[in-house]
Amino acid sequence: MAGLELLSDQGYRLDGRKATELRKVQARMGVFAQADGSAYLEQGNTKALAVVYGPHEMRGSRSRALHDRAVINCQYSMATFSTAERKRRPHGDRKSTEMSLHLKQTFEAAVMTQLFPRSQIDIYVKILQSDGGNYSVCVNAATLAVIDAGIPMRDYVCACTVGFVDETPLADLCYAEESGGVSSLALALLPRGGQIALVQMDARLHQDHLETLIEAAMTACKCVSKVLDEVVRQHLQETSVLSR
Amino acid sequence: MATVQVSEAEKVYILHGIRDDLRVDGRGCEDYRHMEVETDVVSNTDGSAKVTLGHTAVLVGIKAEIGKPRPMIANEGYLEFFVDWWVSANATPEFEGRGGEELGTELSNTLYKVFNNQHSLDLKSLCISPGEHCWVLYVDVLLLQCDGNLYDAISVAIKAALFNTKIPRVHISTDEEGGKEIELSDDPYDCMRLDVENVPCIVTLCKIGHRHVVDATLLEKACSVASLIISVTHRGIITCSRKVGRGSLDPESICEMIEAGKRVGKALHPPLMKLLQQEESLGKKRQKVGFLC
Repeated sequence: MAGLELLSDQGYRLDGRKATELRKVQARMGVFAQADGSAYLEQGNTKALAVVYGPHEMRGSRSRALHDRAVINCQYSMATFSTAERKRRPHGDRKSTEMSLHLKQTFEAAVMTQLFPRSQIDIYVKILQSDGGNYSVCVNAATLAVIDAGIPMRDYVCACTVGFVDETPLADLCYAEESGGVSSLALALLPRGGQIALVQMDARLHQDHLETLIEAAMTACKCVSKVLDEVVRQHLQETSVLSR
Repeated sequence: MATVQVSEAEKVYILHGIRDDLRVDGRGCEDYRHMEVETDVVSNTDGSAKVTLGHTAVLVGIKAEIGKPRPMIANEGYLEFFVDWWVSANATPEFEGRGGEELGTELSNTLYKVFNNQHSLDLKSLCISPGEHCWVLYVDVLLLQCDGNLYDAISVAIKAALFNTKIPRVHISTDEEGGKEIELSDDPYDCMRLDVENVPCIVTLCKIGHRHVVDATLLEKACSVASLIISVTHRGIITCSRKVGRGSLDPESICEMIEAGKRVGKALHPPLMKLLQQEESLGKKRQKVGFLC
C-alpha cells in the first residue's frame, strides 16, 4: 500500500477530490427512440446506459405473473471493453447475476408495481466504462430511464458508494479506491422520505462507524437526487411543446 | 435480425413506393439514412467508435493485447470479433438468451471473413516477433438499437474504430538467459496507427419486388425476401459477398445488385475518411459528445 495514499494529510483523495465530494454527474434521457424509456449517465469515468421496456404483457412463462402487481425484470451487464482488462463473458457470470438481483430489489421498492398487475417491466443496464461505483451509476441511470418511460415511482432512487478511510467517510468511490482495500458500502435511497431501498457492504467495519458511514451515504445520495431532478426538468422543458 | 409485424396493405404500399423510387421516409432506393459517426467515445479502449444510422446504433471498442500468432501464419497479427447483442429490438422472446447469441455468432463470422485478412488491413504490421508475439486486436461490437441494416453500421463503426486505434510501440530486448523481453513504451503519444485505406465497408441490398434498396429499415426488410451483403473497398473492389434471406434470387438481379452495391460502397468511403481526418485534426480541442448530445 506504500505510495498510494487514499486520503492525503491535506484531505485530498487520489483524483483531487475532497472526502465528501462527488464526481461530475452528466446525464441524458431519451437516448434511444425505440425503447419505452432510456437514459445515459456518467459519473466521473463510469458510464452506464439504461433501457426500460414496459409495462407490457408477461413474456415467457405466464405462470410467473403476479396477480396483484407487476414483475420487474432487471439485467445488468458490462461491455467487454468496459474494464481495463478485457472481460470475456459479459452476461451470465456471478457478479452480473448478483447485481441484477440487487437492481431488481431496489426498483421493486420504488416503482408502483401494484398499478400494473400481471404485467412485466424490463430494465436493462449496460456499463460502457467501469471506474468504480458500478451499482450506484446503474441505479441512477435506471431511475432516469424509468422516469423517461413514464412508469410511476414513489420517489427518485439515488445510489452512492461510500468508503471509510482514516476515520473519514469518502463519498463516491472510484475504482482505485474500491480496489485499494477500503471498506465500501453501497446505498440506494429514496430521498424525500429518507427510506433506504438497498444497503450492501461486504467488508469489515467497526460498528461504531456504521452510523457515520450511512449518514455520509445518505447525504451523498441527496446530492445526486438534486442533479437527477435537474436533468429530468431540463429534459421535460426540451421535449414539451408548452414551453415554446 | 429482429422482425417486425407488417400487414399486407402496408407491404403493398411499400412495394408500390419502391417501384416508383420513393420509400416510406422519402428516400430514393440508393440513399442512406442520416448517419452520425464519432470516435474515441470510450476512453479506456485503444480505439472506439459510435455510429448511429437512423434508429440503428452501434458501439465498437477495440482493445489491443499481446498474444501468440496463429500457427499457420506466424508473421501476422490478427483480429478477434465479438458481437454483443444488448437488448433485442422489440424485446421479443425469440431474441432473449439463445436467439441473440446465434445472431451474434452469424454477425461475427461475417466480420471475420470481411476484415480479418491481409487485403483489408496490414496484419504484418501487427507482428512483434514472428512466431512468438503479435498484437491481437479484440474488436467488440455492442449493438445498442436495431432498426435494420446492422452490417453497414457495424462495418462503418469498425473502420472508424480501427482508424482511431492507437497501439503502443514495443521494444524487444534480449535478457541474459536469451529469452525475449517485451517493453511497452511509457509515452502515451508514442503509438502506432493503422492504415485503414483498404478496409472495406459492407453494403446490404434488399430485394423488394423487382427493385433493390440500400439501407433497409426493419419494416422494409420484412417486405423483402432476400438480401445481398457485399463488402466494397474504396477502389470499388468487392472483397466478400453473401446472399441472405429465405427467398431466392435470379442471376440478373444479383449482377444488378452487385453493380449498385459497388457504386454505393465506393461513394461511402471518401466522406467517411474526410470526417475521420477532420475529427483527428481537431485533436484535443474536439468536444466529446458521446451520448450526451
